[in-house]
Amino acid sequence: MKVAQELTKEEMVDLYRKMQLIRVFEEQAGSQYMRGKIRGFLHLYIGEEAIAAGAISALGPDDYVITHYRDHGHALARGMDPKLAMAELFGRATGSSKGKGGSMHLFDASINFMGGYAIVGGQLPIATGLALAEQYKGTNNVVLCFLGDGALNEGEFHEAMNIAAIWHLPVIFFCENNLYGMGSPVGDVFAVKEIYRMAEVYEMPGKRIDGMDVLAVREAMTEVVDWVRSGNGPYFVEGMCYRFRGHSMADPSEYRHKDDEEYWKTKDPITALRRKLIGDQIVAESDLNDIDLEVEELINEAVQFADESPEPDLSTLYDDILG
Amino acid sequence: MAEITYREALTHGLKEAMDTDDRVFIMGEDIGAYGGAYAVTKGFLEHYGPKRIMDTPIAESGFTGAGVGAAMAGLRPVVELMTINFSLLALDQLVNHAAKIRYMSAGQFTVPLLVRTVTGGGAGLAATHSQNFENWYASVPGMTVAVPSTPYDALGLLRESFKHEDPVLLAEHALLYRLKGEVPDEWYTVPFGQADVKRRGSDVTLVAYSRMVHVALDAAQLLAARGVEAEVIDLRSLRPLDMETIYESVKKTGRVAVVEEAWRTGGFSAELASQVQEECFDYLDGPVARVNGEDVPQPYAINLERASIPDAQKVVDTLASVIGV
Repeated sequence: MKVAQELTKEEMVDLYRKMQLIRVFEEQAGSQYMRGKIRGFLHLYIGEEAIAAGAISALGPDDYVITHYRDHGHALARGMDPKLAMAELFGRATGSSKGKGGSMHLFDASINFMGGYAIVGGQLPIATGLALAEQYKGTNNVVLCFLGDGALNEGEFHEAMNIAAIWHLPVIFFCENNLYGMGSPVGDVFAVKEIYRMAEVYEMPGKRIDGMDVLAVREAMTEVVDWVRSGNGPYFVEGMCYRFRGHSMADPSEYRHKDDEEYWKTKDPITALRRKLIGDQIVAESDLNDIDLEVEELINEAVQFADESPEPDLSTLYDDILG
Repeated sequence: MAEITYREALTHGLKEAMDTDDRVFIMGEDIGAYGGAYAVTKGFLEHYGPKRIMDTPIAESGFTGAGVGAAMAGLRPVVELMTINFSLLALDQLVNHAAKIRYMSAGQFTVPLLVRTVTGGGAGLAATHSQNFENWYASVPGMTVAVPSTPYDALGLLRESFKHEDPVLLAEHALLYRLKGEVPDEWYTVPFGQADVKRRGSDVTLVAYSRMVHVALDAAQLLAARGVEAEVIDLRSLRPLDMETIYESVKKTGRVAVVEEAWRTGGFSAELASQVQEECFDYLDGPVARVNGEDVPQPYAINLERASIPDAQKVVDTLASVIGV
């Protein structure tokens, strides 16, 4: 595990809390789905928490985050109230989108969380537009755009990469390579073996990092964000990771080998950070246990809030189509 | 301003917006150094500079999506899609994202994006460059679709677009850029969803939009020579749609034909026919007639091309065969 000496104890503990918040939120979402409280598709982020927590912690409050449909982790890491997120999953009037968007389309303008986009690759051109706007306005804000490995084979990926490169836009494309595009292994659908190298053809710097190590993600992203904020143009990051559950709740994940799943679980980012914080005597185990309990309580409250919230009124059906 | 062309009206409206609002910028394929495929932005690059007049790569989804993002971040981008045929390459951004972000975010984000594009056939460009898709976009909640037929409406609808907080598709007809018309010096706009009665008549109602308004007016002349007075209605926007003006006219005339350049199958004329029969059934003296482009990929040879696009004679013939006028 990375040393990340520049991080304070508080920062490391915050990364732990964020990852644990995402993990418990997702576990609860999964069980509420099984109870029929959540409908449609539910894509859980369990196993990938180090990326959302580590990468987003390197941003400032005026920067932008935009992502794909496996978006709960990014929303929570950016600071969305778990109550609003859970209520949205429940399809309730109190949800972040008043029940209009659901799991795949979380938005929160108050924290520049520009949305989860459920058409693979669709968020990439939009991310370049956000970056273009900041460049146009003369700010030094940056855009962090998450994408899955599957998006790299979309035309929109190549269009957005080229546009970001020729206009030197302040955007970071962070590819979460969890090794499968739904059920298709990356190796079967890519002509390129190391996919971060696809940035090279656009003369965009790119690197591959360990996406299971939150301190490594944070350290790499601190450098990348600085570099992009300094006006050097876009950057591409590939974080190697693994989702511990299926593609969605509808996926029993039969295409993956049990051995692989077991191997990746030994790299659980939350367990790893916990072990380090205790082993290096940075935090007492009891303090981490307290955090776990706090998070558990917070998410229980979110579930209760969602469950007790009303459904959207039928009169809202036509609201917010036009201004 | 007196008499100016459709192209000059659009150029004027864009300059006006650029001059009065720093958030407005224009991007598209060859709109800068080249001056625009239809020369609407000729000279803009020299005048406004490359920051606000951005030539893009040939990547319709890429730069349309960049427009969506820039609009979400508080700017007022104008995206020029060289023709509506190429807009199909940006469908994901227009239909899946631009039109839905306000709704899916419960109003937290808006997309005040103006997409200017060029529609229509008849220029000898054959099947891939001669299509009408404005009716497709008009079926998408969240989209606003404007279809000017005159210089007056081109400027008025363009001005209205800049007041709008949601995506607008302005479909300019390729064969209308040189059309001249009166445009007043006084500032005005043309609201969306307000049809224009171009000609008064009591015997039959002709509903049209874009270039077909002129075809309908020509048909009205032919009918007048036979003593039949046609009322001609220009929709000006397809979404929102002003049905009230149509109902009022049909209740007076009892006969109606819709003239549309797009294909007959799934055409916007079918939507209008459906709404008219629901609302005006007891007033109708005959079926609602539809005069559409032929259901063929538009052919290249001039005689075949002409046969595929509605003209005044086809309007008159259809009225005769369907309604017996």
